[in-house]
Amino acid sequence: MNSAVSLAPTPWGLLPVLAVMLPVAGMVAALPLGARGAERLTFALLPVGLLIAIGTAAATYASGAPLVHLLGHWAPPLGLAFRADGLATAMLLTAAIVIGATALYARAEFGTPPGTPERREALSFWSLLLAVWGAINLAVVADDLFTLYVALELLTFAAMPLACLDGKRETLEAALRYLMFALLGSVLYLLGVALLYGAYGTLDIVLLAQRARAAPATVVAAALMTAGLLAKTALLPLHLWLPPAHAGAPAAASAVLSALVVKGSFVLVVRLWFGVMPGLPAPAAAQVLAALGAAAIILGSAAALAQARLKLLVAYSTVAQIGYLFLMFPLMTAAIASAEDAARAWTGGVLQAVSHAFAKAAMFLAVGLMAKGLGHDRIADLGGAGRAMPLCLLTFGLAGLSLMGVPPSGGFAAKWLLLTSAIEAGQWWWALVILGGGLLTGTYVYRVLAVALTQGNGDTAAVAEPKGQAWVALALALLSVVLGFLPLGAFGLVQIGRLDLAIGGAP
Amino acid sequence: MTGLLADLLIGAAILALAAGTVTARSAFTATAFFIAYGLLLALAWVRLGAVDIALTEAAISAGLSGLLLLGAASRLAACPVAEERAPGPVLKALIGLCCAAVSAAVGYAILSLPEPAPSLAEEAMAHLSVTALGNPVAGVLMSYRALDTLLEAAVVVLAVIGVWSLAPAGGWGGVPGPIHPRIEQGPLALLARLLPPIGIVVAFHILWVGSYAPGGKFQAAAILAAMWLLAWLAGLATPPRISSRRLRLAISAGTGLFLAIGMFGVLAEGAFLAYPPALTKALMLAVEFALAGSIAVALALLVMGPPEPEDRA
Repeated sequence: MNSAVSLAPTPWGLLPVLAVMLPVAGMVAALPLGARGAERLTFALLPVGLLIAIGTAAATYASGAPLVHLLGHWAPPLGLAFRADGLATAMLLTAAIVIGATALYARAEFGTPPGTPERREALSFWSLLLAVWGAINLAVVADDLFTLYVALELLTFAAMPLACLDGKRETLEAALRYLMFALLGSVLYLLGVALLYGAYGTLDIVLLAQRARAAPATVVAAALMTAGLLAKTALLPLHLWLPPAHAGAPAAASAVLSALVVKGSFVLVVRLWFGVMPGLPAPAAAQVLAALGAAAIILGSAAALAQARLKLLVAYSTVAQIGYLFLMFPLMTAAIASAEDAARAWTGGVLQAVSHAFAKAAMFLAVGLMAKGLGHDRIADLGGAGRAMPLCLLTFGLAGLSLMGVPPSGGFAAKWLLLTSAIEAGQWWWALVILGGGLLTGTYVYRVLAVALTQGNGDTAAVAEPKGQAWVALALALLSVVLGFLPLGAFGLVQIGRLDLAIGGAP
Repeated sequence: MTGLLADLLIGAAILALAAGTVTARSAFTATAFFIAYGLLLALAWVRLGAVDIALTEAAISAGLSGLLLLGAASRLAACPVAEERAPGPVLKALIGLCCAAVSAAVGYAILSLPEPAPSLAEEAMAHLSVTALGNPVAGVLMSYRALDTLLEAAVVVLAVIGVWSLAPAGGWGGVPGPIHPRIEQGPLALLARLLPPIGIVVAFHILWVGSYAPGGKFQAAAILAAMWLLAWLAGLATPPRISSRRLRLAISAGTGLFLAIGMFGVLAEGAFLAYPPALTKALMLAVEFALAGSIAVALALLVMGPPEPEDRA
């Protein structure tokens, strides 16, 4: 039964290794190079990283199997492997694009013109951006649970200083709270890793998938690791740290935090549930996960609606959109009988992660420009913003369409796949949640647009929109919409290498 | 029998110290308990036969982390901040219940683990000759799971960047941490003059034997960092400014060399971090020495903290 899952090295297996090592090397070199050097290095690495991500996707798609590389020729369980499956390639591409757009946008704020002295924010931003990039790439291609722990560490230690880059007291407090949640998550995850090693003598996901049984150690480990990862992903009720941390960061940092960082731990939950223990039926636990997701969708959207500040609204919208990600879990476990429904739920979940990344990055960048241009981000006083900053408002609206799930957009495709899968699986209550969440999202997006399109009291005439930055944000928003135009067949890529298909249902 | 008795005593003392750390009222007391806790934990690792972990535990968690916490406690004592609202009795009970539940679940899971535990120890020993190393722990760190070691070294660099990014306004580029006045008398002044030569020799010994006995770069780096910190605390050594290109190179060099050797493996052997057989020993030694130096500098800088505003210094 295991012939479908091989850990033999494949041609092009070096691509995922390079996808991880180039940004990490960039981060290490950033320190001696200084802020200006780090900035230039980042821009040199961006096109290379994007090409590597495209190459990984192309090679995976062409061969129909994951790319595998054995580090130092040592095969698991003794050694470590990188394994880039469909999910990994989708995330590699997303990360390369979001990081690239954010870097272009951030030049205005964190750039170091020649001849000027190095600033703290500049050196920190460019090196931390590279660190986030390397960490997210590692989190999606590593095949070993301890290597993934190191990826989580890198991700946390890069994200936490990004959240408090402006050095204000409130943002330091928010970052500290984030760190507490994240460290609690790390400890719980590590406890589970130790238990799994004690039970099976390996930490390789592919090998664990073949060995894991429904023993007490497996169940306790899975519960601890899931809880820890949820704290890092900010699934309600462990979301308390997210809104102040994401809303207080500089716009470029918020974009990366909301679009990518929370997705790293989410991918790990997926790997744990459908990789490490695909054969373990846990329908009740999956229902609990999705119930938390549903609560996040409803309560997060309602909280977004109640916010007086634009940045906090966008941050609460992230809390809600994370909820959608967890709807795929009961649909995947219930759909073991119907491979087609499981595939649909899987694609829906991955597409939600990707389209939310583009939409939310676009939204944070646009909102950052608006807050800077207007000098505030009070929603009630946004009147006239539509005339002063049309590109930003268009970006906000387009990204909002994708978040709502209005066709045609990537968000629509994701939510439609989840919705139909829920109905096919006989779990219609999730369909209601998806529809209700869409309505609430529509309301809070409309609330912003309605105020911004009014005349206002006229003092916005002097506000100029930085065109270059606004176009970057708009491009991301367009991307989140264009995803919805792709034919469904194109998403076959994300199905490649699914471990629950190869091993599922046969514990 | 005496072994069991000793183990029980160590276990009970560790639990008591952990409870003391959690319940202590002042930050200083809690830190003192924490340091003692780390040292006893190191003892427990020795009893379990994991001398490598014991060394790291004593050097990093008890030593450097203890020093870091002491520094934080003294700073908090100097400028008291408004205490956050203490959790109420209900919240406390809830936290206690959660902790108890996790402990019970982990305990139950551990008791249910297969006996003897599945282990890779035999396989790790079987391939050890290929790695040119005599210590299986070094084999795991430098060969089988070299990637994890490389990435952890990158985490250390990232930690320095993270700590520096917290520098308050007005100090960027300056000398890291508070400036200590030169101490001429007393035990610290004596220790700061006496210990470093010995410490450096011990560190090199631990680094050198690491390839065939317990020891290695992390432990050696912790000792080297401690020696620098001792001289720093006594006001005998002023660290370079953080704008110094040389200081920054020193932090990044070890990880950078490891990365370069990893890429060399791609060219020479077709896999990242594969060492050509003829060069294995030489490359590993180069990485060990470079990493020990870089990690020592980074650990010391982490304890010193970000540069402070020039006017206050």
